[in-house]
Amino acid sequence: MSNDKGGLAICRRQLLTGAAYFALGISRSGATVILDHLPWTPNAGDPPPAATPGPWHFFIGEEGRTIEALADRIIPADPQTPGGTDAGCAVFVDRQLAGPYGRQEGLFTRPPFMKGAKNQGHQSEQGPAQQYREGLAALNASCKAQLGGKAFYELSDADKDRVLQELESGEFNFDGADGKAFFEQVVKDIQMGFFADPIYGGNRDLVAWKMIGFPGARYNYLDWVKRHNEPFPLPPVGMTGRIEWTRR
Amino acid sequence: MTKRLPRKDVVIIGLGWTGSIMANELTDEGLEVIAIERGPWRDSPTDFPPTYIQDELRYRVRHELFLRPDQLTFTFRNKMDQTALPIRSWGAFMPPNGVGGGGVHWNGEMWRFLPSDFVLKTHLTERYGAAFLPGDMTIQDWGLTYDELEPHYDRFEYLCGTSGTAGNLRGQIIEGGNPFEGARSRPYPTPAQAQPFSHTLFGKAARDLGYKPFPQPSGNLSEAYTNPLGLKMGPCTYCGFCEWFGCANYSKASPQTTILPYLVRKPNFSARDNSEVIRINLDKSGTRATGVTFVDSSGQDWEQPADLVILSAYTLFNVQLLLHSRIGQPYDPVKGTGTVGRNYTHQTVSTVNGFFDPKKFNFNPFIASGSIGMCIDEFNGDNFDHGPHGFVGGGYMGQVQTGGRPIESTLVPPGTPKWGAAWKSAVKENYLSTVKPGTGVHGSFYAYRDIYLDLDPTFTDRFNRPLMRITMDLKDNELKQNKFLTDKFAEIIKAMGADKLAVQYRTGPYDITTYQTTHLNGGAVMGTDRNTSVLNRYLQSWDVPNLFVLGASAFPQNAGYNPTLTVGALAYWAAAAIRDKYLKNPGRLIDA
Repeated sequence: MSNDKGGLAICRRQLLTGAAYFALGISRSGATVILDHLPWTPNAGDPPPAATPGPWHFFIGEEGRTIEALADRIIPADPQTPGGTDAGCAVFVDRQLAGPYGRQEGLFTRPPFMKGAKNQGHQSEQGPAQQYREGLAALNASCKAQLGGKAFYELSDADKDRVLQELESGEFNFDGADGKAFFEQVVKDIQMGFFADPIYGGNRDLVAWKMIGFPGARYNYLDWVKRHNEPFPLPPVGMTGRIEWTRR
Repeated sequence: MTKRLPRKDVVIIGLGWTGSIMANELTDEGLEVIAIERGPWRDSPTDFPPTYIQDELRYRVRHELFLRPDQLTFTFRNKMDQTALPIRSWGAFMPPNGVGGGGVHWNGEMWRFLPSDFVLKTHLTERYGAAFLPGDMTIQDWGLTYDELEPHYDRFEYLCGTSGTAGNLRGQIIEGGNPFEGARSRPYPTPAQAQPFSHTLFGKAARDLGYKPFPQPSGNLSEAYTNPLGLKMGPCTYCGFCEWFGCANYSKASPQTTILPYLVRKPNFSARDNSEVIRINLDKSGTRATGVTFVDSSGQDWEQPADLVILSAYTLFNVQLLLHSRIGQPYDPVKGTGTVGRNYTHQTVSTVNGFFDPKKFNFNPFIASGSIGMCIDEFNGDNFDHGPHGFVGGGYMGQVQTGGRPIESTLVPPGTPKWGAAWKSAVKENYLSTVKPGTGVHGSFYAYRDIYLDLDPTFTDRFNRPLMRITMDLKDNELKQNKFLTDKFAEIIKAMGADKLAVQYRTGPYDITTYQTTHLNGGAVMGTDRNTSVLNRYLQSWDVPNLFVLGASAFPQNAGYNPTLTVGALAYWAAAAIRDKYLKNPGRLIDA
């Protein structure tokens, strides 16, 4: 049996891998003995690292232009609110794919990998980073093959929308890959970047929260809970504050 | 080499709600108690401060406060003839990790179960006849009654400062409370929370339809409160970041706010965090626990000997540790033998989203607490005649929307495109005027012969132990129940004045990828017959009398309520049995 002492000893190497994860992934990594007082130290805490501006961290070659084209069709600009790219959604996806999310960090990635029913969840060794790499390449390759040699980002907006509608309905020939699932993932991630705190690179200048009327990272509505059907008067704030305070 | 620690009187596995309650009770007896917790120590100033806890991406979407599946997960299938596959990323439920357990990131709903829930099999059989129940349903009585548990419900409510309106005070029905609840000996310690606009509107619509709406009992406090241990809690500020998040205000009842600062000062208590118990050790006879073996985050093995072992982890981990420790007989659904893993259940939830005229309705959906809401209980348990409907069970329903966090709460009416200009303008138009109750219909989930837990034949964890396998599906009884309840709920949302409804019934097959609730129950159930239960009525193992197993794993089946208040009350009930009976004469409290 694997749950006797021998089994544990054999597994020592895997266990150390787990320990390394602890050291990297959790702020206070070591096992501690708690006795006599709450284990509290001044200035401890684990605030999120802000997405840094600058070049792509993950995307290479045509991928950057492609994700920006996708972001602008999923969230088109309108007179009041910028589109996906200007709102930072492509940067958001780039930084997420370059980080723990892209690598499936913390997820269960032990073999074997078997194909299962959809309601059994994702069962691939591939994480989002690999899926994007392959998905964006397939999108451009299949556009070039079917639409006069043009990559997705080179198409007119009307043609882009047509491609995306066909991807969504599963009609678009996507080199045999699951274009529908890939597009669903891209829509989810771009929209997530739009609505997440601006610290992660999207929702730049809180444009999405202003658009919908979400006041953001506030923490106290005691004075408004009983004021039914009255618009909340204060502008949105992010974790790092209001736009006026944080604009570079 | 395994390092051996000095013997303690009591070792507690898991320092969440039940572990904290039990540690506090048993240290009051003067016992030397140590708690071993798999995850890190967590507290407001370091882990959920108001400077960065209101982060939907990090805490809701990326699951920051939960167990990582690479540390431990489960396999899942719907049917016994399917191959179970590992849950590689959490979906249907969120296993907690760390000090405080699920008490850190829960919503704080404080529901008592109905008196009839505890004698369910007897009650339904007497009212409808045995033939009314599906043939494969394996519901059973709990082995204790509501009246026996009432003082312990009361104790946990007062520990937490629960905000609510009593509906049944010592048998007298009180206007404005839940008229269906069992008799309570005292009013709630604090008044009900203030209700935002949409929640109030639900209450009004329900009343107009002839129901008796009442505020959801809440562990997010309406006012400052000092609990019986002298710990002070602040009023909830309706921040809208409750479930999935820790509370920065000391307003949400949790082990951190209600027990731990008091407990940790006791000289006879200590705890170790980042230390995962991998086995309960038994002596040669197999009928006595000698302590536990755990592994810390550096990979060091430790043995902690103890006279009394309290298993107080989350439902699934309790059952898994029993299976890995070979305590009790694993359940075999084909032969109908064994008990460990039997009667595993979840919750049957669904919702109806309502889209209102934005020119007339501004709900400010971001103003909410985790257990905010107006609810009705007419369709819970056996509060209505099931005879004409052909199913058993039920649930409460209500507008219990916990916030307007925008990644999850930017809904668009049915028929709107999912992206593009039309989607964007619909999001803009509807955000403030949409009602999104979340788990608006909160139905029971009864037990069945072929829904159970056992060890997986293929997949292993980082210690090369078999993962535990979940075989789980939704049965006709629960689907019928959900259809009936969801339709009733939709009528109320419509009566609130919604222009469009998105009715989302719970449908089969059971899906492991989308969140339902974290209310997993059973697998190590309590009862009166050791052939159908793992624990006796005091939550004591039939097989190993110096082992008590706390938590919702003891529920023989699930009722139409959130489980935590019952989980906490059962911990007090078991603690009282240990203090009053077991310590005087350690051994079986009930003859097997």
